[in-house]
Amino acid sequence: MIYREAGQFKTSYRADQAVFPILQDRVGMALIVLAAFVAVPLFATEYLLVAILIPFLILSMAAIGLNILVGYCGQISLGTGGFMAVGAYAAYNLALRVPELNLLVVFVLAGGITALVGVLFGIPSLRIKGFYLAVATLAAQFFLDWLFSRVAWFTNYTPSGSVTAPAMKIFGFSFVSPAERYLLALFLVTLAAVVAKNLVRGRIGRSWMAIRDMDIAAEIIGIRPMHAKLSAFAVSSFFIGISGALWAFLHLGSWEPLAFDINRSFNLLFMIIIGGLGSILGCFLGAAFITMVPIALNQIPAALGVPISTATAAHLEFMIFGALIVFFLIVEPHGLARLWSVGKQKLRLWPFPH
Amino acid sequence: MQFRTKAAFAAALLAAPLAIPVAPAQAQNEQFMPSLVYRTGAYAPNGIPFANGRADYMEMLNARDGGINGVKLVVEECETGYATDRGVECYERLKGKGPSGAAAFSPLSTGITFALTEKAPGDKLPLLTMGYGRSESADGSVFAWNFPLLGTYWSAADILVQHVAKKGSLKGKKIALVYHDSPYGKEPIPVLQDHAKKHGYTFEAIPVTHPGVEQKAAWLQIRQGRPDYVFLWGWGVMNSTSIKEAAAVNYPREKMYGVWWSGAEPDVLPAGDGAKGYNALALHPAGSVYEVHKDVFKHLYDKGKGVAKREEVGQVLYNRGLIDGLLVTEAIRTAQEKFGKKPLNGDQVRWGFENLNLTAARLKELGFDGLIGPIKVSCADHEGSRKARIQQWDGKQWVYTTEWIEADTKYLRPKMEAAAKAYATEKKIEARDCTKVASN
Repeated sequence: MIYREAGQFKTSYRADQAVFPILQDRVGMALIVLAAFVAVPLFATEYLLVAILIPFLILSMAAIGLNILVGYCGQISLGTGGFMAVGAYAAYNLALRVPELNLLVVFVLAGGITALVGVLFGIPSLRIKGFYLAVATLAAQFFLDWLFSRVAWFTNYTPSGSVTAPAMKIFGFSFVSPAERYLLALFLVTLAAVVAKNLVRGRIGRSWMAIRDMDIAAEIIGIRPMHAKLSAFAVSSFFIGISGALWAFLHLGSWEPLAFDINRSFNLLFMIIIGGLGSILGCFLGAAFITMVPIALNQIPAALGVPISTATAAHLEFMIFGALIVFFLIVEPHGLARLWSVGKQKLRLWPFPH
Repeated sequence: MQFRTKAAFAAALLAAPLAIPVAPAQAQNEQFMPSLVYRTGAYAPNGIPFANGRADYMEMLNARDGGINGVKLVVEECETGYATDRGVECYERLKGKGPSGAAAFSPLSTGITFALTEKAPGDKLPLLTMGYGRSESADGSVFAWNFPLLGTYWSAADILVQHVAKKGSLKGKKIALVYHDSPYGKEPIPVLQDHAKKHGYTFEAIPVTHPGVEQKAAWLQIRQGRPDYVFLWGWGVMNSTSIKEAAAVNYPREKMYGVWWSGAEPDVLPAGDGAKGYNALALHPAGSVYEVHKDVFKHLYDKGKGVAKREEVGQVLYNRGLIDGLLVTEAIRTAQEKFGKKPLNGDQVRWGFENLNLTAARLKELGFDGLIGPIKVSCADHEGSRKARIQQWDGKQWVYTTEWIEADTKYLRPKMEAAAKAYATEKKIEARDCTKVASN
């Protein structure tokens, strides 16, 4: 009933091809964006902002990057953690060695450097596919891990190998309070989502999807595989690099290579698989699922006043979380985003199915 | 405030299907004691006894004295799994709880310590990193909020080199460091390198990747190089694996020296007979024969309370947990003398840490006589004491083989100050002038 699109006529191609062709979606999106930009910073507690929303946003951005590569272009990557590390250490070194640079410029440059590294490690994708490519990108993960923990120049020769981010200052404004940091992350993630959404709707995105669906057919209709694959690696790594820099600068403040280890890569891969491959909405849903559900599960026993030990709570968290992943994958193998679009289809008819 | 919590709750529900627990009404005369623990994962064998000791000590204080000067201690644990991001989440979750906020954090993880070092000054919360953490944070003029009491890794490395140097000149010898590849394991490297130049030994650093169950390559390197001494900087399952591998390549365990985090029962017991002769630094003895244990048994275990098993009381890391509990509660007691006998905030507890002075007589009163030596903290010196003994595993228990060895302050202090200064410059922190900080 509320989701009826009857009476919404599209009179131009432009209207028909809009990101949100349905009025209800536009209103809903506007409300969510408004809530995220105004209501949350006004009312959310510090804990919610710092420990939950900021990591969620930053990982959503990384998931967007990875989804471009895996979900849209079909190139499996297990090197996401390593690419995030490239972004983080590139931003750290740029901010350290060229202190005049504006931090926003630093982030963009860090993304650019990661894009270059991503292209470099994407080259094998021209010859190998599927699981074999996954192994090649796994090598990237281990190589980058090794690089940042062994080559002391990257960590400015700190004895422990742990580096700290400089103060977050952009255009003379310091991002200190949780709300300010949250808004900065939100702004950048929104920007990334808009750019990504429009990229995948356009010519470039379509060439990625053509490669994903059948590379030989794509080549025959005139898509250059090298161009499409490497551009997917570049764009994907660009977003992942920026998210790595944000993870280090905005969230952790001080980090060691272990913050970007293989588990981070797996985590991000799970996010897009559970959220939905080839869906920008899925990146947010998946990131929310993977980052928030364990924390919520961990706190539920205490919140309900059930006296169980910390260890039992932690074990329960693992078990329920694992069960939930299996459950969602069985219910909808195409991810939470697909679940939402199925629901939307049903809502269009509800409550009068005939 | 009430409105804010509710609105945040609504916002949370809007943003995601996530339940934020609403804290129950707090009694006013309670000191909130957050506890970052790891009872699961690869480091649990070592994390559990420490967490138990710490929890038992505070529970014992509650049962015996009704808390600290009548202020009850409320402990809440949060599982970090030794992971930095979860540790930061726990810190954010717990820092504002209780009537006056958290008293102090002791994360028992160098990685989490590094991350919290960036956050603690802003939140005005002290970090107690007893025997771990950032070595240069012993310089309190720059690191006002860090308290690596009882010794840093630099002190530990210095003590180990002093000890092996006493056994004969190190000139032309070879020392290898098998270390956990994280900030924790990398901490001692600069000191060992300095000493290599001074004493003329060759130094080799051999990293072991987290969590440390795969060390064949490292020990192959040791079998080929045959270093005269192997120092072990491991944690969790890495320690016992190292000792097993040493036995497998037949490297003499008598020439292995662990740091004080590699010298507990869970480290040697899994290696069985292979661990016999293995040495480690000791900050304090094992055993449950000290005065404080009598109180722990009387007030907790005899009444069926206590979180550990009865026979686990007195293990090395259990005792270390007790000492961690002692240090933080005594800091609160010290601060209460100045700020009043009420729940204190982190800023006030920090003052308590900085003015902590546990004399031998006071330690005897507290039941810690024989466990640790006197500690006196000051603005300039946040380490308080830098002594350790060497202990050896005889197959059944740890036996002391030396007297207390004190780290060489003359060498370490300038190094520490230089590192702290570099940190201050990088972070643009104004160092405090410790000559002007009143001690009272």
